[in-house]
Amino acid sequence: MKKRLCEMSAICALLMSFGAAAQSTDAITKEFETYRELMEADNPAEIYEDAGAEMWKAKRGPKQASLEQCDLGLGPGVVKGAYVQMPRYFADAGKVMDAERRIVHCMVMLQGFSEADLAKQPFSKDGYTPDPSTLVTYVAGQSRGMKIDVSRKQSQVAKAYITGMEIFNYRAGPYDFSCASCHGEDGKRIRTQRLPNLSKRGEEAMLAIQGWPAYRMTGGYLLTLQWRLNDCFRQQRLPEPKYGSDTITALLTYLTANANGQVYKGPGIKR
Amino acid sequence: MKAQHTLLLFTLAATFSQMASAQDDSYGALPARPFTQDFNARGIAGLERLQEDSVQAACNHFAPRNVVQALEQAQLAAIKYPADGKFLGDWKGGEKIAQKGGGMTWSDKAGAENGGNCYNCHQLSKAETSFGTIGPSLNQYGALRGNSPELQKYTYSKIFNAKAYNLCSTMPRFGHVGALTEQQIKDLVALLLDPESPVNKK
Repeated sequence: MKKRLCEMSAICALLMSFGAAAQSTDAITKEFETYRELMEADNPAEIYEDAGAEMWKAKRGPKQASLEQCDLGLGPGVVKGAYVQMPRYFADAGKVMDAERRIVHCMVMLQGFSEADLAKQPFSKDGYTPDPSTLVTYVAGQSRGMKIDVSRKQSQVAKAYITGMEIFNYRAGPYDFSCASCHGEDGKRIRTQRLPNLSKRGEEAMLAIQGWPAYRMTGGYLLTLQWRLNDCFRQQRLPEPKYGSDTITALLTYLTANANGQVYKGPGIKR
Repeated sequence: MKAQHTLLLFTLAATFSQMASAQDDSYGALPARPFTQDFNARGIAGLERLQEDSVQAACNHFAPRNVVQALEQAQLAAIKYPADGKFLGDWKGGEKIAQKGGGMTWSDKAGAENGGNCYNCHQLSKAETSFGTIGPSLNQYGALRGNSPELQKYTYSKIFNAKAYNLCSTMPRFGHVGALTEQQIKDLVALLLDPESPVNKK
């Protein structure tokens, strides 16, 4: 289940071709897009969706309970369509939560897992895939083809959105970077990598959400939106955000609500 | 939503009009953002990095023009120039520094030599097709401007601290924060100004 698909020769050959400096920007991008289209028909992330579906039903943890009573916002046990409506406010926790954070909450409350333990190694590494990553991939897959619909009618969500917007625009650290330094204007690139303008509602903002959780070919493992934002803070030269913190949820609220109305295509693949 | 946004901006603007007469340092003393408690120090990236300094605060909170200008002048006055009075290093070294990314993240080691990250945002040599567009193209920089002592000094200063010229520029203050050494900046000046540099070749 967790085999390293990068070892498949076709993928490795392609990854090596990315390294060939002689190729022009457009050629590399075009080649990757063609490859992605081919791969998405048989996306490795689907392996994790299947594993997550089994994990969801299994009796696990100190309490030997399944997650079938986990409330993702649409009532206990309702998974279909829940992902595209998160982050949302959960009265039982008194918090706005994104999907991965909510799953961790359910693992703690229903199954008795320790939140501190789950935060120790929250992201995939060296062949290890954390359970919340697998589970959120299953949950995300159950919203495939649906429109992003984060409601800001609840005051807590509206507040998280504003906080997220403030953090997005907050310069700090030795390089004076904010999220907006790279993602605040149209049509920019870093090296050859396109930088979507995530402050712009609609299609551009959706580029932050689309394709996550993702099977990442570089390294061959599964990564989530929590990881994506964690690594943005690393590149921003700031200290490390805590796993499942209000800061990450606030940013995800801002980014996801900016993409309202866009169709989510399910867990994806990234280079 | 729009009303809330407007209210937020209005509140921030009001805060600044009250503070416009205060000393520059007071910007760094603005309340820490609500996210401070959500971070852990890791590697060389300590929690103090979350605290905005006076320049960042002025840009984060839309400081009035007179405050921005005063801060630009203070940043300019803080630039440290080479003791030997020379600004031009070796363009070949500069090209390597321009190519190299990373530096100062939690995954970088303390004391490691940082890259300039120049190609991340700027076009420089025509031969390098993998360049970013966050900053303007610097190809032909010297060919268009010459190589005068004034230009050498300006170019050194701009790399040392871009905020001295445009307070809310996206470009890091490479010399001011110690990300690049004096010699590295000299090499980058040469990359931009030396007639033999690939930056200035047709």
